[in-house]
Amino acid sequence: MEISLIPETIGHIYSLLVTNTLLTSWVVMAALIGLAIWAGHKPQLKPGKKQNFFELALETVFNFFVEVWGDKDKVQKFFAFLATFFIFILLSNWFGLIPGVGTIGFYEHIGGHEKFVPFFRSLNSDLNATIAWAVISVVVTQIAGMVALGVGKHIGKFINLKSPIDFFVGILELISEVSKIISFSFRLFGNVFAGEVLLVVMMFLVPYILPLPFFMLEMFVGFIQALVFTTLTLVFLKMATEAHEAH
Amino acid sequence: MDLKEIASAIAIGLGAIGPGVGIGLLAGKALEAVGRNPEASGKIQSMMILAIAFAEAIAIYALVVALIIKFV
Repeated sequence: MEISLIPETIGHIYSLLVTNTLLTSWVVMAALIGLAIWAGHKPQLKPGKKQNFFELALETVFNFFVEVWGDKDKVQKFFAFLATFFIFILLSNWFGLIPGVGTIGFYEHIGGHEKFVPFFRSLNSDLNATIAWAVISVVVTQIAGMVALGVGKHIGKFINLKSPIDFFVGILELISEVSKIISFSFRLFGNVFAGEVLLVVMMFLVPYILPLPFFMLEMFVGFIQALVFTTLTLVFLKMATEAHEAH
Repeated sequence: MDLKEIASAIAIGLGAIGPGVGIGLLAGKALEAVGRNPEASGKIQSMMILAIAFAEAIAIYALVVALIIKFV
């Protein structure tokens, strides 16, 4: 039973490493782009069944965001960004549960002993991927804050020279922004990687029937983590684009 | 006696106590609030899920430390 924290490389493009998580992300991206083109092809004013279904899905997500934020126009502004996070993270989490992902691979000989390298591995079980998600989320939040409030006012939240107490609160806010990156990335990485370890251990112990409830748990966890990531991004966007009216 | 194994077990064992208590308190208060005001249950539910994810993240940090100790 082999569990590796680091994603395994399966090839090279010139001098860039291609890991199995990268390959998985390409497959998920291709599937999503194909789905988007197929679903959004020639939209009509009176929707047919297919268009109706996708509109229903997107509207459910949109209404959920509006319920959390409260302001419909602002959600409309950021909806493409947030819904992409949600759909991509959700689908890459669920893709990791498909039979064959993590189990079909080849053996590699490293310094004497053999190591099993799967072709596909769940995207968010790679710390690189989750740190990328977190950095994108936090950077876009900062930029949105600067656009909404003006660069000076936004930086004024963090570097506040009005009084000593405000100055320290500003420093704490800055540290809190950095810790958001860490907390976003480790929450998603920990959930998905621990889920993979759990499934490997369960299937190693009892290969038939017993892993089923754990697969259901993993589907649920994958959905909740996508939802939590997106909702937290939404909440931080809301806090960044609204004027700080305390004291 | 392999200290690495014990360390990994203690890391996740002790690390799960805090978030467990925290999530229990959160859910209890949320249920109480819904009981007092069933109409606001949608709002209370979405905020509860958010707060539970924050609390759970701490348990996940402990789990990641345990996994790093064991596998790296």
